Amino acid sequence: MGKRIGIENSIAAAEAVKMADVDVVAAYPITPQTHIVEHLAELVADGDLDAEFIPVESEHSAMSVCCGSSAAGARTFTCTSAQGLALMNEIVFIAASLRLPIVMILANRSLSGPLSIWNDHTDAMSVRDCGWIQVFVENGQDLFDHVLWAYRVGEDPRVSLPVMINIDGFIVTHVIEAVEYWEEDQVKRYLPEFKPVNVLHPDKPVTMGAFGVPGIFSEAKKAQDEAILASRPYILEGWKEMAKVIGREYRPVESYKTEGAETVFLTMGSFGETVSIAVDTLRGQGKPVGQVKLRLWRPFPFNEIREALAGVKRVIVIDRAISYGGPGGPVASEIRAALYKEKNMPAITNFLCGFAGRDVTPDDFMKMYEKTLELTKRGAKVREEDYIFYGVRE
Amino acid sequence: MAKIVKSEEELGWKDIEVGCTVSQPGNAAQYKVGDWRSSRPIWDHAKCVKCGVCFLFCPDAAIHKIEESYFEADLYYCKGCGICAHECPTRCITMIEETE
Repeated sequence: MGKRIGIENSIAAAEAVKMADVDVVAAYPITPQTHIVEHLAELVADGDLDAEFIPVESEHSAMSVCCGSSAAGARTFTCTSAQGLALMNEIVFIAASLRLPIVMILANRSLSGPLSIWNDHTDAMSVRDCGWIQVFVENGQDLFDHVLWAYRVGEDPRVSLPVMINIDGFIVTHVIEAVEYWEEDQVKRYLPEFKPVNVLHPDKPVTMGAFGVPGIFSEAKKAQDEAILASRPYILEGWKEMAKVIGREYRPVESYKTEGAETVFLTMGSFGETVSIAVDTLRGQGKPVGQVKLRLWRPFPFNEIREALAGVKRVIVIDRAISYGGPGGPVASEIRAALYKEKNMPAITNFLCGFAGRDVTPDDFMKMYEKTLELTKRGAKVREEDYIFYGVRE
Repeated sequence: MAKIVKSEEELGWKDIEVGCTVSQPGNAAQYKVGDWRSSRPIWDHAKCVKCGVCFLFCPDAAIHKIEESYFEADLYYCKGCGICAHECPTRCITMIEETE
């Protein structure tokens, strides 16, 4: 077993990137991603990590450099948040269509405006459809483990896709937790050498990023969609193999106290731990409440969600982003799509909360539970557009 | 010209290489750009002095020499831009509208 130490999660994440022995780090500093990249810069400057650290002039350049280095066969890392992600947006989509297995940690922060540096998922949702494999992790250990998982899965030649690890900014990135580092030999056993499917090299010239005429563009999109759908078994394999190496097992959808539960909370990211406390309290009061945590956001685990929510009467979906003028929260929208036409489809309530780092406590989640019981009394229908901004003052 | 890859009509999504990479060089020559054309160049051999200016200026290298050193456009590639007609010192090239 690796050593378990108390450390800031950002530093632990950077150490995981070091253990993955990356070749190139290209990033631009932005709060709350900063400590991860700062620590990587130190590791490279001190000679502890043999990699090129490229201090670019913007996030657009960061992702462009990442595409170039990954195309050249280098194991590549970057990290950003909110506005930085918005600035690199164009290239984020291109990285996926070029099938370059870059790994990016997205320290989730609100997308302005109003200007904010605090945590929610509005940045992540702006690239929901970018074609990357996207996971939401919950704590420092989760983050550490998923850096190595992301390289293993993304670089698998049967996958060859970039991977985005979402971690709640400040709330998790800046917190000191107990993190168990992997041993060198565990990393060696788990993470093979990067052998790119295609590589830019003069010995065998190829063109990447060629023009796609109308006659083949749809075929190219279909191929890209099939690629991310086909990545599912290797995503699962990555978690199963991790369990063999370090004993922790992750799944696309994770359930907590759902046995006999009539009402189930559904969260992504660090709210999972807070909801667990609320679930414990409610269970203590004899209320049939459980919890489902959505870890894998893309490719979306439709079947696992259906299985996890089978037989429940109510689902309380917590969203930390909004689709303005649309169906409320993006997570609820997906859950409704997954459960549509299921036998005895549960009533789904959708609470939008925790924007820009506003605290949401176990007490708040218990109030959402009460509100859900009230809204769904006597089988009342909750419509798609009935979402609630929780705790907003009139 | 030897065919390197499948044509647009034949190419299915399973044929597309990972990341749309093009691993066989030179296949752009197979791409038919002639169907973008709305007009085509016609040479009046009575006025043509065989200077080759049209051949030099053609941005697609679609113009080639034929018998008696006159020139003509390969309609597989000619996009009908009209640069040849514009540059011809004797005004021997006319752009006529494609009717199909």
